Amino acid sequence: MTSHAETVNGELPHEPEKATLEGRNKILSFWLFLGGEAVLFGTLFATFLALRNQTNDGPTANELFQLPMTAAATLILLVSSLTSVFAIQAMHKHKVAALRVWLMVTVVLGLGFLGLEIYEFAEYVTAEKFGMTTSAFSSAFYTLVGFHGAHVAFGVLWISVLIGQLYKKGLTVVTAPKVYVSAMYWHFIDVVWVFIFTVVYLLGKVG
Amino acid sequence: MKLAISIMVVVLLIVFAITAYVLVKFRRRAGQSGVPEQVEGNFKLEIIWTVIPLILVIVLAVPTVQQVFAFGDDHFNDKDAVQVKVTSHQYWWEFEYPQYGVKTAQDLIIPVKKKIAFELKTADVLHSFWVPSLSGKMDTNPDGTLNKFSFSADKEGVFRGKCAELCGPSHGFMEFKVKSVSEASFDKWVTAMKAPAVLPEDAALAEVFKKQCLSCHAVGDQGGPVAPNLTGIGSRESVASILLNEGQEGGKPVKENLKTWLDDPQAVKPGNKMPSPKDLGLTDEQIDGIADYLANYKLNY
Amino acid sequence: MAHAHSVKRHKGLMDWLTTVDHKKIGILYLLAGGLFFGIGGIEALLIRLQLIKPMNDLVSAQTFNELITMHGTTMIFLGVMPVIFALMNAVIPLQIGARDVAFPFLNSLGFWTFLFGGILLNLSWVMGGAPDAGWTSYTPLSTNTYSTTHGVDFYTIGLQIAGLGTLIGGINFLATIITMRAPGMSFMRMPMFTWTAFITSAMILFAFPAITVGLVLLTFDRILGANFFEVANGGSPVLWQHIFWIFGHPEVYILILPAFGVISEVIPTFARKRLFGYSSMVFATILIAFLGFMVWAHHMFTTGLGPVANALFSISTMLIAVPTGIKIFNWLFTMWGGQVRFTAANLFAIGFIPTFVMGGVTGVMLASAPADYQFHDTYFVVAHFHYVIVGGLVFGLFAGLHYWWPKMFGRVLNETIGKWEFWLFAIGFHLTFFVQHFLGLMGMQRRIFTYLPNQGFDTLNLVSTVGAFLMGVGVLLFLFNTILTATKPKGVANDPWEDGRTLEWTIASPPAEYNFKQIPLVRGIDAYWKEKMAGNKEMTPAEPLGPIHMPSPTILPFVMSVGIFIAGLGMMFSKEHFSNSFMSLIFNNWIVVIIGLLITFGSMLLRSLFDDHGWHIEVEELEEEGVKA
Repeated sequence: MTSHAETVNGELPHEPEKATLEGRNKILSFWLFLGGEAVLFGTLFATFLALRNQTNDGPTANELFQLPMTAAATLILLVSSLTSVFAIQAMHKHKVAALRVWLMVTVVLGLGFLGLEIYEFAEYVTAEKFGMTTSAFSSAFYTLVGFHGAHVAFGVLWISVLIGQLYKKGLTVVTAPKVYVSAMYWHFIDVVWVFIFTVVYLLGKVG
Repeated sequence: MKLAISIMVVVLLIVFAITAYVLVKFRRRAGQSGVPEQVEGNFKLEIIWTVIPLILVIVLAVPTVQQVFAFGDDHFNDKDAVQVKVTSHQYWWEFEYPQYGVKTAQDLIIPVKKKIAFELKTADVLHSFWVPSLSGKMDTNPDGTLNKFSFSADKEGVFRGKCAELCGPSHGFMEFKVKSVSEASFDKWVTAMKAPAVLPEDAALAEVFKKQCLSCHAVGDQGGPVAPNLTGIGSRESVASILLNEGQEGGKPVKENLKTWLDDPQAVKPGNKMPSPKDLGLTDEQIDGIADYLANYKLNY
Repeated sequence: MAHAHSVKRHKGLMDWLTTVDHKKIGILYLLAGGLFFGIGGIEALLIRLQLIKPMNDLVSAQTFNELITMHGTTMIFLGVMPVIFALMNAVIPLQIGARDVAFPFLNSLGFWTFLFGGILLNLSWVMGGAPDAGWTSYTPLSTNTYSTTHGVDFYTIGLQIAGLGTLIGGINFLATIITMRAPGMSFMRMPMFTWTAFITSAMILFAFPAITVGLVLLTFDRILGANFFEVANGGSPVLWQHIFWIFGHPEVYILILPAFGVISEVIPTFARKRLFGYSSMVFATILIAFLGFMVWAHHMFTTGLGPVANALFSISTMLIAVPTGIKIFNWLFTMWGGQVRFTAANLFAIGFIPTFVMGGVTGVMLASAPADYQFHDTYFVVAHFHYVIVGGLVFGLFAGLHYWWPKMFGRVLNETIGKWEFWLFAIGFHLTFFVQHFLGLMGMQRRIFTYLPNQGFDTLNLVSTVGAFLMGVGVLLFLFNTILTATKPKGVANDPWEDGRTLEWTIASPPAEYNFKQIPLVRGIDAYWKEKMAGNKEMTPAEPLGPIHMPSPTILPFVMSVGIFIAGLGMMFSKEHFSNSFMSLIFNNWIVVIIGLLITFGSMLLRSLFDDHGWHIEVEELEEEGVKA
């Protein structure tokens, strides 16, 4: 029998996110959702790989990319993945304050990443005359990287809302699965970024 | 293909027979009570109907693979092959014979029994080049992805060609003809195609024709490449590919067809790119004159 | 419980707009599916009327292309998909002994996004022209250069929204089947329909994101001026074909597998025998799904992929015949030695077998690339896929609807009319499509708006058109049957066919809101049949009687879908030149898109901020209803 009691036997279990059927369902279906997301990004990657050399006399990957900045962005995102791991560890120890702090650090790092990306895009468009319509390569680039950026932006908003809920409702068997799932999401977009960094930027510089 | 069809017919017959038998034999009869035996399955039977189809698939797969590779062979540079570069347009076909320096449209003239090697591309959307009674079809893709294939006609005659990929409103009207002729005739045709252009005798009409028609179309060595080449249009099988000329079932005189077309091209072939001659300011007499001139522009081959 | 009964229960229209009950959502899917199926059917009849004779001018060439595009798109995405979802919603939770799906809220959201996507697509008819590039929308024909109306925008954005709904539904059913099965129902004890729904949902999960990306790329090309398919700027039209068919071929199996499931339920019930070779059926289903992802390029044999790709895709395609054959023989041997009863449901199910086999053998013929060079894009292909989708899937859906109608609505459909439906529809079907094989072999290519006389096409096309109208009469009879039945009093038995084998037949028709008063204990495959054979009238409960927790109704899914709908319209007309300056202001500055997204994300936020505590049905209430029943 499912129950909506905020705690189980008056106490929050060690893994509060898996305490209720709703919570377990949420986590399972989020894994499934990430499976679908993987296909989505897979298709975008395939598109990018098919079109990456079609530069139509516009800037090429090699001319465009500045590895130091992208490496910095990568570092920021990787660290944010780590901080979200810390957040979940804090959650398992029922340390709500630490959980909130780690989530906030994650959000700040996410914002930092987004700032770099927006700066990068703005540079390309204004200084390099490299816009969505420039070439098939540019379209594929902005769509793939932009899709990822939109995911990061959504994640930042989502985690911010959850921080608010943690203030208001505290850590319960209802809020815990949400936090856990958002952390899964964050790791996923981090992994996608690692692929983007390799396939788009490194390969663009080398190949 | 015959093999495939016969295997498939046998499969169909077996399934139909079992179905019919089961439906007659095992229908529930009035007053029948009790529960039939609940059979879980039968390992042997299940193996049989897994293995037999598997064998059939292998039987089909072997010739399929052979034919796929045979079909995929590139004969374009074979010594005795006649090369034809096909370019599809909304809604007409352009045929270029690079070995002979000849370009024509709509009627593809080929020497009988010789291998015709095609190189296909499109000038706009996707089309598919298909002569049902001679060979399978092949898509025409935009620049950069040339498709190649080849066929030959065993006998002389006129074969119907079609576009087999949705390409816009007049997709159904994007036909062409393949005319298989003797080698001697083919050579004569090439010579005739290369002869200097014949223009209307009436100087004024010739001027109109040059100004209004040859800006896109070409005859002989004159005119532009945007629209179908008109050299010898009088001896083609059709006008605009769907107004069939005399000599074919339901055909009409060439001149009549040309006039129908020139009167209102959109009414004949919706969505085609030809501006209406009347909108270009041509009078009825001029249209009649041009139709007459084109109808009599025949090639001797 | 402090919050029990605190939830407002809506009546009338609001009840339907806010429901999260899988049974009601099933009915909503059925209504929406029926509506779109009707629209697609009318389009089909217009197509056949136009082709009734050579050089016909009933509709213009442009209109004809819009008709074929909308017929295909509507039937696949908006006609049969929702009817499949209707059956899945109506039956799956009952078959696995659950009180609802895993995510009732998402279930409702999935329906409403699907519906608004479908409405958006069909609005194209009255808003400047329907899409005209075929249901496959091959580029470059579907790019701005060659398709200048907003038609294709309606296609990309409408399908995007509808596809989102389908994806949500797929994830929901996966989670439901994985976690919500009654105690004792292991995977290998699940009814076949549940199995096929499970596999279909998994295929939806992995196939739909591909078309999502494809549609995004095409939208970006058309609206933002991107160059994915613009050859002049380095784009690749063949890329679209790959993306489309990587989704498109699995989609065919997404459609047909549930029909296999329905047949696997109907035939055993009416033969009074358990399904022959259950394990091999499961195995075959999984294998078909797996192979279904490896064959997409058989739609592209004539694209010029080269002999290696063509050979590989030929063979992988032929291999699908093997598991499909296993299924066919299993069904036949289920009836072998049984006591076959010819109800309307079973007629459709039995009619399915030879019809589907015919579609299957032409499929194997098409799988051979050299033969396909000849068959491709002709009426032979049209005949083939209608044999599979109409002769297979639609027969299966009719079988399922007749079979489960009493469970959904508490009334058995009229059997006599049902049999008439079958015969009219089946005869009409074969008249329409059997002759099309020969039209294809004779050289009639598909998607042509008319044809020249003297090609031997005339009589066969006439026959085909006559057949189409017979099918139309069959469908109208079904509609009449449902209306007639709706006027009759409710109250059929739990197990109206008397030979029900699975859990849905153990509870009332239609079931109470909470489905099972007590979750049943499952002791084997065909759980109910097993209890019957053991002499029991009911299932053994797996839990004591207790209060039942129910999710609250909510309008948010509907509002979210409206938001997406508004954003979609805004996106589509963002580059439009309006004569009205206010319209230009709000559309060209993306204000409409922003408003739509704000509505959607705002609703999401509300959903996240305010927890749904649900409400409880107390034990006394359950016992009271027990007495009444």
